[in-house]
Amino acid sequence: MADAHLGTADRLPGAIEEGELYHPRSWITRYVFSQDAKIIAIQYSSTALAIGLVALVLSWLIRLQLGFPGLVSFIGPSEYYQYITMHGMIMVVYLLTALFLGGFGNYLIPLMLGARDMVFPYVNMLSYWIYLLAVLVLVASFFVPGGPTGAGWTLYPPQAILAGTPGRDWGIVLMLVSLILFIIGFTMGGVNYVVTVLQARAPGMTLMRMPLTIWGIFTATVLALLAFPALFVGALMMLLDRLIGTSFFMPAIIEAGQRLRHGGGSPILFQHLFWFFGHPEVYIVALPAFGIVSDLISTHARKNIFGYRMMVWAIVAIGALSFVVWAHHMYVSGMNPYFGFFFATTTLIIAIPTAIKVYNWVLTLWRGDIHLTVPMLFAIGFIVTFLNGGLTGLFLGNVVVDVPLSDTMFVVAHFHMVMGVAPILVIFGGIYHWYPKVTGRMLDERLGKLHFWVTFLGAYLIFFPMHYLGLLGVPRRYFEIEGLSFVPASVSGLNAFISVVAFVVGAAQIAFLVNLVHSLRHGAPAGPNPWRATTLEWQTPETPPAHGNWGASLPVVYRWPYDYSVPGADRDFVPQNQPGLTRAGAPA
Amino acid sequence: MALILVLIALGSVAFHLLSPWWWTPIASNWGTIDTTLVITFWITGIVFTGIVLFVAYCVYRFRHRPGQQAAYEPESRRLEGWLTAVTALGVAAMLAPGLIVWGQFVRVPADAREVEIVAQQWRWSFRLPGADGRLGAADIRHVADDNPLGLDPQDAAARDDVVIDGDDLHLPLGRPVKVLMRSLDVVHNFYVPEFRAKMDMIPGMVTYVWFTPTRTGTFEALCNEVCGVNHYAMRGRVVVDPEPAYRSWLDRQKTFAQFAGAAGPRRHVSAEP
Repeated sequence: MADAHLGTADRLPGAIEEGELYHPRSWITRYVFSQDAKIIAIQYSSTALAIGLVALVLSWLIRLQLGFPGLVSFIGPSEYYQYITMHGMIMVVYLLTALFLGGFGNYLIPLMLGARDMVFPYVNMLSYWIYLLAVLVLVASFFVPGGPTGAGWTLYPPQAILAGTPGRDWGIVLMLVSLILFIIGFTMGGVNYVVTVLQARAPGMTLMRMPLTIWGIFTATVLALLAFPALFVGALMMLLDRLIGTSFFMPAIIEAGQRLRHGGGSPILFQHLFWFFGHPEVYIVALPAFGIVSDLISTHARKNIFGYRMMVWAIVAIGALSFVVWAHHMYVSGMNPYFGFFFATTTLIIAIPTAIKVYNWVLTLWRGDIHLTVPMLFAIGFIVTFLNGGLTGLFLGNVVVDVPLSDTMFVVAHFHMVMGVAPILVIFGGIYHWYPKVTGRMLDERLGKLHFWVTFLGAYLIFFPMHYLGLLGVPRRYFEIEGLSFVPASVSGLNAFISVVAFVVGAAQIAFLVNLVHSLRHGAPAGPNPWRATTLEWQTPETPPAHGNWGASLPVVYRWPYDYSVPGADRDFVPQNQPGLTRAGAPA
Repeated sequence: MALILVLIALGSVAFHLLSPWWWTPIASNWGTIDTTLVITFWITGIVFTGIVLFVAYCVYRFRHRPGQQAAYEPESRRLEGWLTAVTALGVAAMLAPGLIVWGQFVRVPADAREVEIVAQQWRWSFRLPGADGRLGAADIRHVADDNPLGLDPQDAAARDDVVIDGDDLHLPLGRPVKVLMRSLDVVHNFYVPEFRAKMDMIPGMVTYVWFTPTRTGTFEALCNEVCGVNHYAMRGRVVVDPEPAYRSWLDRQKTFAQFAGAAGPRRHVSAEP
């Protein structure tokens, strides 16, 4: 049961001393103010999906305006800018970051590593509640006078805090406060993830035996702990500029004929701080997706991930390089143009480890035994969309090619494909994959396939043609493109098409939500290991895993996580905690 | 699944070749940017099509059938080495021309004429050098009703500058121009799709970009950095004239001295300390 006592038996040499677990005493401390990472993971995921629905509705409203300008009267330019700002910020920070690290991270780190829980459960609980507070502050901005900020998710000053931008009075203040809260909450969780990975692994679980999911989440967390402080100080300084009239980012400005009381600050400094956070942020979202998709492909193709060690080093290399490419978001920002040589080179170099990852996923399929389960479908969908989005990144990263394309719809198409669609396909794939462990029941496969095909094909139809609008020169963040002389009339037809597909893709998510709720009670019983997977979370004594995860004694790890279809084995998978011969050639 | 992947790969290529949406006809010297872009399209297009088709093949050929067992093959140094090398080569083939063109982009020709564009919410103003051929000093402190760009009244070089407020910018055909950019309030970006080149305008500093107009005509300019609620409506026009037409247009424009005189007595914008 939940109060499983911690084993003192069978301690291997070198194993760490087990501490006493926190034990919940009431329903409230078990399910609400819970310190169990699995409950916290579910709380994080539910909150992220809920706020994600808000972002989905906002995307519908954005597409309504772009596809059918003037059709509804309540979308004016102010509302439009507020929608795109909130959509972007919610998706990047409050959904993707929170779901991958707070959701998948909390659930999978202890279970995949054979730990009883995170090492600091109380701080872990605080992390969630502060995140929830940050979300509530963000949502509150829809209800204050003037509404949420419409500064664009990049929040560039000076416009973010001047009167020409919607939400200047309250919206921007709440946005900055919410970001500061989010970062505080995240840091509490992040420290936990890193320390747990480094200190609480089961006996035998060496770093090079960790599943790639954990490598991805771990590296992403390290990136986040190093990158978010830049956003933190940027947000704090802008808050001071806005509230008490400092001039960190504010030069001498004339607004509507009035000289403002600001002077001497640097707007471009904010851009550096923002993107010093913002670029690693892309990989904070991408690396967990890389890791998870590796495990999905390997499990459902019944084949070891190809080139495990290379995959690990690629994750680490991408993580390190992601800190020296930030200014590729600023090629036309007015910074010293000679920076362009450096940042274009680093940016294109990052393509090499990223390409290796793509090759290795594809080579894992080669001579596999591919089961086209729902998680596998999403994984293949990820390969296609990520490949597409990654390749268009080579346009935008190559400084001079970026010049005509920057701030056009090409950029919008690129980043949606690479860090919107691709990671979200992995999130879906991950949910279909681990839902049976979380609930003990399978998600419905037919609904899952419907959900996959509409989402994947729809997303591709939305974003692939959008690149060509940008190539034509259609700018992003335009409330309407009415009257632009270089835009042919056919573009409005394409925009209407994209919008209709977007409505359909959005509606398809209802199938997903129905599936999540319905299968909770009515799904087919899953058993402990429905996918016949090797990693530790599938070897728990109970499904769903009880408090403390492992019953009386911790698992002992004997092998790497990818022993699928080992020649001579009696089954096509060998769990990590099964003793026996290690195949020659497999990484130790 | 395999069939749909094939359709995605071929459909994307077909869309690329057949769709009516492509870049605007170029009107500046930056054809090299277009060339670099086309090289990138070729390389990335081949990689995309190749990999998606390969995945389609795997999904078809290695789909699960009863009794099938996957191969056991943890890694292959040789294959991984080759793939890394080929990728590095492909990346270099895009990066090298990119950096060469960027080298031209950042080096302004010595004979480029200076033109200034000043942005504010939500419109453009322009300034051309006067008879002395150079732009005079300017500072946001000097901005007043009769001095919208804040030229320094004490600077002789500024007094003969041509100020264009609320009208189109004209540029001479075939002459390189160095565009100096200022903003009075927030970050803007002056973007003419046909010129390819563009740059942000940052309050508190001067940025620049250069190009040579290669085609006469009237081109639409738009703001390309979100700058507040009317960002989408911040538009202007640039007219490229043959030299004689440009000259006669220039002769009709007012200098700063004339502009200030015509606007009546000098009034400073109420300036807070």
